[in-house]
Amino acid sequence: MKQEFVKLIDVSRCTACRGCQVACKQWNEMPASRTRQHGTYQNPQDLQWNTWTLIRFQEHVDKSGTLRWLFRKDGCMHCTNAACVKSCPTGALYYTEFGTVAINKEACIGCKACVAACPFDIPRYNEADEKIYKCDLCYTRLQEGQKPSCVLSCPTGALSIGKKEVMIEKAYARVKELGGDANVYGDKFVGSTHVIYVLTEKPEVYDELPSHPAVPFSIILWKNLFKPFTLIGLGAVAGLAGLHYLIKGPHKVHEKNEGGE
Amino acid sequence: MTNHYIDIKNSDVILIMGSNAAEHHPIAFKWILRAKDAGAKLIHVDPRYTRTSARCDYHVPIRSGTDIAFLGGMINYIISNDKYFKDYVVNYTNAPFILHQDFSFNDGLFSGYDPEKRKYNKDTWTFQKDANGVPMKDFTLQDPKCVFQALKQHYSRYTIDKVSSITGVSKENLLRVYSEYAATGVPDKAGTECYALGWTQHTSGSQNIRTMAIIQLLLGNMGIAGGGINALRGEPNVQGSTDHCILYGNLPGYLKMPSSSLDTIEHYLDKYTPKSNDPQSANYYINYPNFYVSWLKALYGEAATPENGFGYSWTPKMDDGKAYSQLHLFDKMLAGKVKGLFSYGTDPAVSSPNTGKTRKALEQLEFLVSANIFDNETCSFWKGPGVDPKKVKTECFLLPASATMEKEGSQSNSGRWVQWKYKAANAPGDAISCGDIQIRIIDAIKALYAKEGGPNAESVLNLKWDYKNRDGSMNVEKVSKQINGHFTVDVEIDDKGVKKQFKKGDCVPTFGMLKADGTTSSGNWIMAGSFEANGENKMKKRGKDDPTGLGLYPNWSFCWPVNRRVIYNRASCDVNGKPYNPKRKLLEWTGDKWVGDVPDGPWPPMADKEKGKYPFIMKQDGVGSLFGPAMAEGPFPEHYEPLEGPLTKNPLSSQLINPAIEIFKGEMDKTANASEEFPYVCTTYSCTEHWCSGALTRWQAWLLEMQPELYVEIGDELAKKLNIGNADWVVVSSARGQAKCRAMVTKRFKPFKVEGKTVHQVGMPFNYGWLYPEGGSDSTNFLTTTVGDANTFCPEYKAFMVNVAKVQGV
Repeated sequence: MKQEFVKLIDVSRCTACRGCQVACKQWNEMPASRTRQHGTYQNPQDLQWNTWTLIRFQEHVDKSGTLRWLFRKDGCMHCTNAACVKSCPTGALYYTEFGTVAINKEACIGCKACVAACPFDIPRYNEADEKIYKCDLCYTRLQEGQKPSCVLSCPTGALSIGKKEVMIEKAYARVKELGGDANVYGDKFVGSTHVIYVLTEKPEVYDELPSHPAVPFSIILWKNLFKPFTLIGLGAVAGLAGLHYLIKGPHKVHEKNEGGE
Repeated sequence: MTNHYIDIKNSDVILIMGSNAAEHHPIAFKWILRAKDAGAKLIHVDPRYTRTSARCDYHVPIRSGTDIAFLGGMINYIISNDKYFKDYVVNYTNAPFILHQDFSFNDGLFSGYDPEKRKYNKDTWTFQKDANGVPMKDFTLQDPKCVFQALKQHYSRYTIDKVSSITGVSKENLLRVYSEYAATGVPDKAGTECYALGWTQHTSGSQNIRTMAIIQLLLGNMGIAGGGINALRGEPNVQGSTDHCILYGNLPGYLKMPSSSLDTIEHYLDKYTPKSNDPQSANYYINYPNFYVSWLKALYGEAATPENGFGYSWTPKMDDGKAYSQLHLFDKMLAGKVKGLFSYGTDPAVSSPNTGKTRKALEQLEFLVSANIFDNETCSFWKGPGVDPKKVKTECFLLPASATMEKEGSQSNSGRWVQWKYKAANAPGDAISCGDIQIRIIDAIKALYAKEGGPNAESVLNLKWDYKNRDGSMNVEKVSKQINGHFTVDVEIDDKGVKKQFKKGDCVPTFGMLKADGTTSSGNWIMAGSFEANGENKMKKRGKDDPTGLGLYPNWSFCWPVNRRVIYNRASCDVNGKPYNPKRKLLEWTGDKWVGDVPDGPWPPMADKEKGKYPFIMKQDGVGSLFGPAMAEGPFPEHYEPLEGPLTKNPLSSQLINPAIEIFKGEMDKTANASEEFPYVCTTYSCTEHWCSGALTRWQAWLLEMQPELYVEIGDELAKKLNIGNADWVVVSSARGQAKCRAMVTKRFKPFKVEGKTVHQVGMPFNYGWLYPEGGSDSTNFLTTTVGDANTFCPEYKAFMVNVAKVQGV
């Protein structure tokens, strides 16, 4: 591995301008969907095959009765022990030299094992080309020594990227400065993620953010026990997905994009 | 801005009021966060909890249209708790000045009011003068007729109880903001204020800002690093367009548009050149004739001579006492008095108030010329909802214009930094810049006039118009040099004791060298100095050195005036020129010169009674105006209710609304104050994702995806009362029209307690129109009132009354 990179999302500096959401689509040439107003600034409503990062807006009244408007940039966490990589039967999902998780679209067979496996509910399936899509932390930009386009677009310093140890130190320093319930999220599970948050509230306060993310047991079973002895095949994948379903239950159903693209 | 964006990082307390800085100035907001990182307090006062509130230390909800009451209470707090910066107030403001014997204020009205004309005679809004004609002063501030005592008395009525009852702000919140902000009234603290359209778009908009200016003067926050009154202007180049006279009453550089009774240039210059008999007042506008005549020379070139008054008689004049704002434009258009409209880069059929009236007015035009990068609701009004194209006689032209990235030129930020930008891409198809469009139109008009003659022929034929490249396209650098100005003859100038020679055609390096005798030409005096005499374009400078460490970056671009980064900066030092705050040393007098920022004039500080000058050099009396007689509705800002509000009586006086606003009385100008039919206060705004009317951004699929259609933000308590669920279809209606949209039910709007009653407020963006996206919502401005600020006619988009009802069966 060349150098592990970590992207830090400091929610205490985010103004939800959504420059990152647009910059992501622009760099990755993803089309927009025709959405409607759902009674929230958050739009699209969830991550989609063509929306790899999304600012989640959440009105939250804290313990003291004070209204907080929480903005959380959602997207791939780039795990060290990535359930998606472990579950991928074809090797389409893989670790890069930066520790991030990229995807080789040619190799993706659209089996959706990663969709079921990901503890953060990130990968999205596109029915049109039967492939999986997600953030690759701008792998080609990183290769050229450039920042990911979301980081480049961020005007306030809520997003930054750098060497893993430097960013983790920066995150803890910021948490100390913020005090209260502020915490670092990401370095303590799934072998540490390559996207970490500085959160101002406890993780369980945030929508769609697991408090204790883990690689599903079924995946560990598959990866460590069965996979070495079995041929990769759709049957095995289906069995895996079934096993995961039994143990973990499904993610919420991913809504289809509204209005087409 | 008196200061500039980067300077905000130097502040100790940042009051964001009248602005949603994080949403509308997302890039600039980083400097606000820098200040926060350094320990500054961030306070957001706004009717609605916004993305700005989310990043501030706390949010204080306030009822729309009551900012003067809120700030008037702060003035009262500062004075009665002795929190003002005495040295500054005594020396640098007109606090000690003795007012006219007959100046008075009684029950909401100042002396001199004419209720018929809704205007003031300002004869008593003046100072008593001594035998030499210098204003009389009492430096103890004890004289009952001095400005300070009048100010104190005026705002003594703005008690915490009263202010809380008017604004709906809790007493606890009032005291918290007042005490934290007033704490900056000491030499080593700086407080700044960031405002935008949340303050200007009211019938008392200008006075909202004036009230804050009074606070900043009382606290000694003007002219210092981290201080000032800072209008956050935006991407539309508002700063640049204002500098270059987008407002009807202005000429370039804030010179005044003449009116018809000023029949000669002498009469005109006499009226607008202020006089001061105080030898210590620089009264810099004594140079007005130099700026104005140089402008005429830029307009008419060699045709402007001393004999013909430099062509003064050829320039357009306003009728005396008449206003020509956007409100008047559409009012007259509706009456059939306007034949044609050029609508460049604007979409008034969405963005002007009272859309129903605006669109009806457009139908009366003979021709409409739009220059835009997309079609919009204005250009296509003839096929809009409810319009029968067969009945519209207007001939409409849509000229394809290039976008901002497709042309070279200057762009001014709010901090008055004029930065050169380069063309990034060619415009598609036939699109050309608006400048090129203008070149071609004026060329054609001049040719027609040369052939056929016509009204005001001298004005057209004598117009200097040589801004082209060989291929006929606009030479933008030639235009910029003309704006900067040049010498029209060879001259020798004594520049602070040094003799300097300039050749005819050399650029004028500073406006101090402009002359009223025709030997200089300058299209906009404040821009004189944007080029070096040798033609070097200073707007292209990109030096990153920061000698003061305060973020002035003197070698980055050109900043008007004369590269001064903080205006009134001499007020950052005491009367001997020593910085009040040595930690943030903006400027210092070293005994023979000023060191630091470019000073407000070279003179010694005012303690030098012989050569020294007062710090506010652009003011006639050399000091900041606590008493501001230039305002239409009074020298001290007073709270009046919006034209449409929830109250039948102003809690402070018998004068319910601003006594100096013009009331439009046409059939389409209906209003409904304190009516049961329209019980909710409404305010309008933009959002980060769209720009103004959305005429550009609605066509951008990624932006439309994030903010796809019109919504109304409703507090959850009101929504519950009206049985409205989140994302339900609702109709918002006012006395003038209605808008169908989605409900956004939120905790971010809370009801106010006003005069014992519960008052709900809702808010809507104004970024949508019928043309695109198809099937989308139409303009929010069907709801707004045709009324404007008493000084500027900036429309009151920020406060009016509506009803909200759920659409059944959708």
